Formats: sequence, C-alpha cells, structure tokens
Amino acid sequence: MSLRIYCTGVGGQGTLLASRLLGEAALAAGLDPKVSETHGMAQRGGVVVSTVVLGDLKSPLISPGEADVILGFEALEAFRALDRGHAGTLVIANTAAIVPYPVATGQKQYPEVGRLMDLMAQQVGALLAFDAGALARRAGSPLAVNMVLLGALAATDTLPFPAESLLAAIRSCTNPKFLEANLKAFDYGAAAARDEGSWRRRPGG
Amino acid sequence: MSELLAGKKGERRLLLGNEAIVRGALEAGVALVTTYPGTPASEIGDRCYEISRQTDLYFEYSTNEKVALEVAAGAAAAGWRALCAMKHVGLNVAADTLMTLAYVGVKGGLVIVSADDPSLFSSQNEQDNRYYAKMAALPMLEPASPQEALEMTRAGFQLSEDLGLPVILRTTTRVNHTRGAVTLGVLGPRPGPGHFVKDPFRQVMVPAVARQAHARLLAAQGPARARAGASPFNKLTGSGPWGLVASGVSRNYVADTVQELGLADRVSFLSLGFTHPLPEDLMGRFLAQVEQVLVVEELEPYLEENLKAVAQARGFTGPIRGKGEGLFSRLYEYHPKLVKETIARHFGVAYEAPVAISPDAVLGVPLPDRPPNLCPGCPHRAMYYSVKMALKDLGLEGVFPTDIGCYTLGLLPPLSMADFLICMGSSISTAAGISRATDQQVVAFIGDSTFFHAGLPALANAVHQGHDFLLVILDNGTTAMTGSQPHPGVTLTPPGYPGRPIPLAGVVRGLGAEQVWVVNPFKFKDTLTATKEALAAAGVRVLISQAPCHLYEQRLTGKKRRGRFQVVDKCGECRHCLEYFGCPAMYLKPGAESPQMLIDHDLCSGCAFCVQWCECIRPVKKSEL
Repeated sequence: MSLRIYCTGVGGQGTLLASRLLGEAALAAGLDPKVSETHGMAQRGGVVVSTVVLGDLKSPLISPGEADVILGFEALEAFRALDRGHAGTLVIANTAAIVPYPVATGQKQYPEVGRLMDLMAQQVGALLAFDAGALARRAGSPLAVNMVLLGALAATDTLPFPAESLLAAIRSCTNPKFLEANLKAFDYGAAAARDEGSWRRRPGG
Repeated sequence: MSELLAGKKGERRLLLGNEAIVRGALEAGVALVTTYPGTPASEIGDRCYEISRQTDLYFEYSTNEKVALEVAAGAAAAGWRALCAMKHVGLNVAADTLMTLAYVGVKGGLVIVSADDPSLFSSQNEQDNRYYAKMAALPMLEPASPQEALEMTRAGFQLSEDLGLPVILRTTTRVNHTRGAVTLGVLGPRPGPGHFVKDPFRQVMVPAVARQAHARLLAAQGPARARAGASPFNKLTGSGPWGLVASGVSRNYVADTVQELGLADRVSFLSLGFTHPLPEDLMGRFLAQVEQVLVVEELEPYLEENLKAVAQARGFTGPIRGKGEGLFSRLYEYHPKLVKETIARHFGVAYEAPVAISPDAVLGVPLPDRPPNLCPGCPHRAMYYSVKMALKDLGLEGVFPTDIGCYTLGLLPPLSMADFLICMGSSISTAAGISRATDQQVVAFIGDSTFFHAGLPALANAVHQGHDFLLVILDNGTTAMTGSQPHPGVTLTPPGYPGRPIPLAGVVRGLGAEQVWVVNPFKFKDTLTATKEALAAAGVRVLISQAPCHLYEQRLTGKKRRGRFQVVDKCGECRHCLEYFGCPAMYLKPGAESPQMLIDHDLCSGCAFCVQWCECIRPVKKSEL
C-alpha cells in the first residue's frame, strides 16, 4: 500500500495542522507516516505545502506526477498543484479564493474559479470541489477550512484508516476552545463529499 | 509540560526531526543547549527554551553561532553534555571555534547540529557542511529520518566522550522539517555540577601545545574510523553487481527506487549514516562485490570523491559515478522521481515516469504568483517608505546594502530597497566599502537581532575608520523571521524570560556613533524629517527605527487592532501607494471604471501609517465597522 497526499494552501489556512493530523491518525492506526512541511512563509502570505506519505515508502516528498490525493485549501493553489497529479489523482479543492498580491494590485488576473475547476476535472481522476470557506464559517470558525477538507477526505474512503482515527487526532491535538467548531466543520466537509453536486468528476468517471 | 519530556520507553510518537533531536539529547542527559535561530534548525532552540523553563536544562539564544559554540565548548570542557544547534551558514560564523576546538577536545560530550538547506529554501547559499567534518577532522553523523535523528543525537554524546571530540550531526531541511514515527527511549539522568580540571598544556592552544594537539587529533582518526566501521548507522544490504551509495535523505530516495523498480537482487546498497571518518573497510567490502557504482548525494560529491580514493587504494577499477551530465547535479535538493529516473537511465532499467501536468499549459497563461510579502502593519515597510520619500524629496538615489531578516523582503517591488547582500552583518561593512569607492548615497539596512549578531565590530570599524554612510537599524524588538526569538536588545519578552536587556541606542552610542536618531517609523512626519537630516549629514550616521513587530506584540500582549482605515475619495490616476508602499491590505477595486484602491478590513492592522500621507484615506468609525 502506498498513498501520497499533497496539501497546499495559503499561509494561515492550517495546511500544516491538517497534514499533522493525518500523520497522527496514521500513526495511531499502526502505520509509518512521513509528513513533510514548508515553514516560514505562513505569516508572509506565501504558499504553504505539506505532504503525507503512507506505506512502505521512505521519502516524505512527492514528485511531479506522483500525488494520489491533492488537498487544495484555496482555488488557485489547488490548480497550481496540478503538476503533482496524474490522470488518476483525487483532488479535493476549496473553491474559495484568496487573492494574491500581484492580482490585488492589478498586475495579474485571477483566473475564473469555475474555469479552473472545469480544466482540473479534465486532467485528474476525480474532483470534489466546494466552498469550504463558507462551510467553515457556518461551523463557527472561518479558520476551519482544514477541518472541512479533512472531513471530505475521510468520507471518500481513500484513507487506510477510519474517519474515527482522524476525529480522535482532532480531539487530542487541537485547541479545546475550537473543538466544537472543528468537529462541526469536519462533518460539513463529510456531508459535502456525500453530496453528488460537489463532484465535478467522479472516480472512474 | 513540554510533550518532549513526557512519554514512556517504547512509545511511538509523530515527531518533527528537530523535536527528535531534542528528545535524543534529553535521553542522553544533555545539560546545556545553545543556539542562534536559523531555518531549518530553529525549532531545536524553541523546544529547548520551553523545556528550560520546566526543568534544570540550561538553554540560551546566544548572540551568534560562534558565541553559542564557545558557551557549549566551555560547558563541555567542565564535563557537561552540551548541544549547539545552527543552520549551515551559522557554522561559518562558528568555524574559528570549530577548527581549534577539534584540537582542544571535549570532556563532556558535545554534539553540534549543522542544519543544511539544499535548494536554499531560506538561506543565502546551499553550502555542503559535510566538508567541515573533513576539514576539522571530526566525527559526523547524518540522519535520514526523525527516528535516526533521535538515535544519532543520543548516541552522539557517548561517541563524543569516547573520542574526546565534538561530534557533528549534519541534517538537511528534509530531516529537520519532516514529521515521522519515532520510538521514545528513556530520559537520561539529570547532570550534577561540572568541574573544570586544570590542564593548560593540553587546553591552551599556543603553538607548542597546538603541535601536540594536532598530532593527537590525527591519532584519534584511527579509533574514530573503527567506530564508523562498527557503527549500526552504516549498512550494506544486497549483493548485486550494481553498487549504490548514499547518505542523508538520498538514502530514502534510493531505497524507494530499489523497491519500486524491483532492483533488490541486482543492487548492493551502501547506506551511510556515520560519514566522517568514512568506514573504509566496509567501503572496501562493498567495492569487492560490485561491478560499478552510482553515488546518490545532494550538493557536493563528498562521498563520491572519498569513495574514489578508497577504490584507488584497494584496486577497484570499475566506474564510480555520481555528479555529471545525465547524472546527478550539484544544485538543489532531489526528489524521488529524479533519483528514480537517473538510476533507471544509468543502469538501463525500463522506467516510465508519470507525465507531469503543466498547470500553465492547461490554463493557457502563466498562473499568477503568490510571492511572500512584509505583513500589513510591518514597521519595516513604514521606514522603507520614509527613506524612499526622503531621497525623492532631496533628488537623490540611494544604494542599499541590506542584511538578513524579514526586512530582506524589501528586495521585492514596489519597495525595491535592497541592492547588496552577502551574509549576516554584511550590510554595514559593505556599505563602507561601496561608499569609499564611489560618490553615491549609501543607505544600509540591518535588523536588531542581526545587529547584535554581527553588527557590533562592523559599526566600531566604521566609526573608527571614519566611513561615510547612513545605517538604518530596523528595530522591531525581536528576531522575527525565524519565529520571534529574543536577543539582547529585546525589551518586550515572554513572561519569565531571564535575559537582561541591553538598550540598542546605548550600544550604538557606546561604539562611538555621534550622529544618532531614534524614530518611531509609524510617525511619518517626524521620521521623514529625521531621515532627511541624516541624509544631508556626512560620516557614520545611525538612524534607529524602533517599533515592535506587529504580530509579535499582538501575540504577547493580546493587544487588539487599533482601528481600520478606508479609501473614501477617488484615486484618479494616482497609484502612489502601489508604486511606493505596497501594503498587502490594499487592493484595486475589481470591476471599477477607473482605478480605485480599497483597504481590506480583515488584513488592515490599523497601523495608521497610510493615512498620514494619503489624503484619500480616513479612519473608519467604530460604528461603521
């Protein structure tokens, strides 16, 4: 068994916490996860990438074309991460956008999100795309996009451990103040994954 | 209670490589840890700081790496186990100490962590610090995973004591910043007081003493090599004719390649973890069973060159390859596919690499970048703006030697306030050299932590030699880029922080600078006036820009944002803030008929700087929020 999960987002979205939780859940399930992180650019608006590699593989890095799952915390970054994917990759993408500085100042254009999703759907094996930002806010914490995406991932039956392992990791590793909102966000994400309308391309479709 | 102090023997935890190093040191009973913050080593110091608040571990953020290593060396001379951690370029700063410490030796075990940075994710070069072990003739261990980082750190202390030499633990970013499964051992016994035994004719490196010491150091290489030969960290697996050699994270890529391409029966894999001295007998056994060798290592051909020397001595005449055209590069870090492709191509194994998708090609246009930027409310941006406006008003152009810290992000447009940067502290003396050789207006920028690290001798020199430039010290009250660690100039510190503050302005004046201005960069009018005065004067001029890092202050004091601001009038064709300021909270109204700037209230820090020079901006009333 080998599973390579590539997480990408903008600093402050909780990408590193998400990959850490996946790692903790995998460890508790008796697996040997490798989780790699990029540090330092979070508070300065840059892209933050982390990876979770499960199975016999020793490398924590994911090469271009080798990701089995791409978790995109932001629309443009999900699309940018396409170079890690292949025709069989499952992409779970937040359709909400965080405008980068060159766009905010009129130097570049942010591509239309709908078009990004359509193009992505043609390139990969499956695409689950929805507004995780809105779901996080509804759950009571705008910062819980990571929990929404984890809930969605757990509901796709891709992970080699049950959703309960992830929930246990969330309970033990996150701030108790936000636990209720986090668990709600997780559930909303799972619900989104079970909603036909969120799938722009179904696995095997 | 730090989670690194908890846990029973045999328990499995998901630890960051840096955390595993700390745990390994605690399991070896480390007494003292010193560091200067630097990515990718920073978490080692930060975790040790927390632990030092909860146990008798002594820890300090030293002013620079040379100081850090010397503090550790003194403790080790008195029999304490000590750890000193730094990034790779930090070892350059500590190199004077390192080279002769190898002669002086240690009593208590000393482990020196050198965290290298292939691909320079956060560094000014990607030097390969394995050569320091060779140059200093010191034992070196290279982990490839958090588990090995723990084991090697723990074992490193005993190894250091057995040989009487400091041990270098050489990591790369992929180990420091990877989380992996780690099996805990037992926390070591806490140390008692050390004792310095007087032995001056072995520990004072005057020439007569040093000659003996050098001979002893060379004599220690034999026992050190024997330890490498017997070390569980060096492994030879397989007996196939294709030889593969690797150390560090490259071992992971080789192992994955061998597994994924099914090469186990064709390969002999020499997987090295104790890499100075190298285990020559084991290398000889390896060579005896292979027909050809491919060395897989990031950056320099350290293993490759040493293996070739061993091969020559032992009569191996097969090809030994590593770096070169169609092989491995000396540039940047590797990744699994790159290693797989190169190994497959070299040995003629069929391998169809997955075709990577190109997002730019799929979209049809390049994707917009997401470059890092100074935060909204950053005092550096405010000071840069004042310097820009002062020079503009005076009709001058500046040359900007800069330094290392958050403020280096001033390189990017629209600020573009950086012209020359080599290393920590280079802003001051390179400013002196440039100014000496030209008639240009030279304005150097340095941060507060960088100033204490390397700026003191540089400023003393500038004053003494009568150089002529303006030095702007950007004092945001912390070592921000690496995670807000303290330094001697810091006055706002976490509760219980024991360090004594040394006011920066006093140091500057104490070094003889007579033309000194201290400004709050958020007070635009006063800062602009002071800057123009400073630019108009001659000789060494120091302008200290003092305002706290907004994020750090908020984290420590819980201070809420003071207010918000908004652009309420029409911008017309102005574009001033876009061309000279570049605050990330400011954006162009999408879909507007004519260009109109707006301020994003989620991002605005309420610093109230822009309102002082833009007539279109007003504070937003609380009732309107």
